[in-house]
Amino acid sequence: MTLQVDIKAQLGAFLLDVQFAAPAGVTVLFGPSGCGKSSVINAIAGLIRPDQGQIICATRPLFDSAARVNLHPHRRRLGVIFQDARLFPHLIVQQNLTYGRWFAGRRRQGPSLQDVTDLLGIGHLLHRRPAALSGGEAARVAIGRALLSAPDMILADEPLAALDEARRAEILPYFIALRDAALVPMIYVSHSVTEVAQLATTVVAMGGGRVIAVGSAADIFGRSDVMGANASALLPARIVGHHADGLSELVCAAGHVFVPHMNAAIGTSHMLRIHAGDITLARSQPSGLSALNILSGEICRIEAQSDGAVMVSLRAGDATICARITQRSCTSMGLDMGQTCFAIVKSLSLAKGEP
Amino acid sequence: MIDAAGWLGPDEWEAVRLSLQVAAWATVASLPLALLAAYALARWSFWGKSLLNGIVHLPLILPPVVTGYILLRVFGRRGVLGGWLEDAFGIVLSFHWTGAGLAAAVMAFPLTVRAIRLSIEAIDTRIENSAATLGAAPIWVFATITLPLALPGIIAGAILGFAKALGEFGATITFVGAIPGQTQTIPSAIYVFLQSPDGGQGALRLVVLSVVIAMTALIASEWVARRAAAWVRGT
Repeated sequence: MTLQVDIKAQLGAFLLDVQFAAPAGVTVLFGPSGCGKSSVINAIAGLIRPDQGQIICATRPLFDSAARVNLHPHRRRLGVIFQDARLFPHLIVQQNLTYGRWFAGRRRQGPSLQDVTDLLGIGHLLHRRPAALSGGEAARVAIGRALLSAPDMILADEPLAALDEARRAEILPYFIALRDAALVPMIYVSHSVTEVAQLATTVVAMGGGRVIAVGSAADIFGRSDVMGANASALLPARIVGHHADGLSELVCAAGHVFVPHMNAAIGTSHMLRIHAGDITLARSQPSGLSALNILSGEICRIEAQSDGAVMVSLRAGDATICARITQRSCTSMGLDMGQTCFAIVKSLSLAKGEP
Repeated sequence: MIDAAGWLGPDEWEAVRLSLQVAAWATVASLPLALLAAYALARWSFWGKSLLNGIVHLPLILPPVVTGYILLRVFGRRGVLGGWLEDAFGIVLSFHWTGAGLAAAVMAFPLTVRAIRLSIEAIDTRIENSAATLGAAPIWVFATITLPLALPGIIAGAILGFAKALGEFGATITFVGAIPGQTQTIPSAIYVFLQSPDGGQGALRLVVLSVVIAMTALIASEWVARRAAAWVRGT
C-alpha cells in the first residue's frame, strides 16, 4: 500500500505545493509549525480541496483534478487521528469506538473491538462518556476509533501535541506498537524530533509549504539544509554492558560509547542522538581528555552554512555523524574529503525520553 | 378549593382547548421546516441567504396585522394558494382552526429558527468532519452527530415557539377572525370579553390562566433544555 501525493493548493496567501510517496510503515511529515503539514493531512482526508494534482491510495484515486475525481471524506477509507481527540461527546466510549466500524460494515476486515481495547488498554473505559476521560485516555480512544473503522491508511495529525510530557511518553509507545504490528500504514504529522526518531520509517521534511527532503530519520536529522544548526546524528546502538562505576556501554557503527546508567537489559537496541554542535573534531587520536566518547570516521561531506559555520559529516560504517565547527577551525585543521577524523562527543543523549 | 371546571364557562374552556390544539399543531408541523431553515442558515452558503434570513425573521418585525393580512391574501379562499389548496386537497384555512395554526406557526417560526440556529452554530464542525472521515455520509453525520448535539436548542426552540403560538393574536384575528369553537383562542377570547361591558371578570380569569400556562412553559423549557444540554455534554 503506497500513498502518492502530488498537490498544489493556494490557501489564502500560503501556497502548498507538495509531492511525495508514502510507502508502508510510518511516514512522518516533519517540519516547523505553519509549514503546511496539517494542510497536507486535511487534503488527503478530503477536508480541504487542492487546486490541482493527485492523491492516490494504492491504485485508488482519492483526488485527481485532471480526471475530476474528488471523493467525499466518508468514501476515502482513511482513519484520521486529530490533535484534539474530537470524540463524540454524546456517545459513550464504546459507541465512539464502533462508530466507524458500523459504516465500514462487513465488507472490510479490520481488528476486533477486543483487539483494539487490549492494544490500547481502554477496556475499562467503555461505558464512560468522553467528558469523563483524561487527555491521555481520550487520545487512546481516538486511536482506537480510527483503527476500528478498518481504514486503508491512518492519518495522525500531531496526535500528541496537545498532551503534556508525561502523557506523550504514555501514548507514543502505542503508535510504535501500531507500527510494529503492521496493522495499517500511517502518515504521522509531527514537529517533535523524539517522535520522528522513534516512529519514522520514512521522513518527509517540509518547510514553507514544500517538501524539502525525503529520507530516513537519520538522513534527515543529519542534513543541515533541513535542520539548520540543530542537525544531529541518529545512531542505532546496542547495550553491551553495565559497569560498576555507574556507566552503561553501548556499541554503534562508529565505536563504543558510554552513557550514564541505563535501565535496560544488555542486548537491547536504542537510538543515540548526537547534536552537531556537541562534537569537537580532531585530526589525530586525542589523549588526555575528560571526554569518554571518541568516535572515528571518514569525512564524506564538508558544507559551508549560511551563518559562517561549517558542517562536517563523518561516515562510520553505515552511520553518519555530523559536526558543526567554525570556518576558521575547518581551514586551520586543513580538513578535506576522505580524511579520517576523530569526533569527541561532549554529550550525547538517547533519543528516547528527550523532548 | 376552586371548582376548576365551573370556574371557567364552556366557551372559555373551548378557547383554552383550542389554543393548546392550535399551538401544538403549529409547533409540531413547523419544526421540521424550522430545522431545515436553521441548518441552511447556519451551515450553507447559497445565493439568496440574506433574503431567506429576512423572510424567516419578517413576522418578528412586521406588525402582526400585516402578517395576518398577507396570510389572508395568500391563503384566503380567494387567495393565491388558498383557492388551489381548497380545489386540489379540500384544505380550507381561512376562518378555520387550521388557519389559526398556520398563523401561529408563521409568527412563532423566527423564534424557533433562531434558537435552533444558535445551537447548530455552536457545534464544532471539526467533530462533524471527524465523523465524515470515519465513513459517515453527510445525512448520517446530520442524524448521528448534528441532531443530537443540537437537541437542547431544538427543544428550547420548540417550547419557545409553542409559547409564542399560544399567545398569538394579531395575525390570527386578521386571518381567521374569532369564531367561538373554531378560531377563538385565549387571546381573542380575552379581546371579545373586553368588548362587552360586563366581560371584565371573564377576561381576568383567562389572563390568569395565560400567565400560568406561559410560566409553566418557560420553566419546563428551561428545565428540559438544561437536562438535554447536560446529557449531550456527558456530565
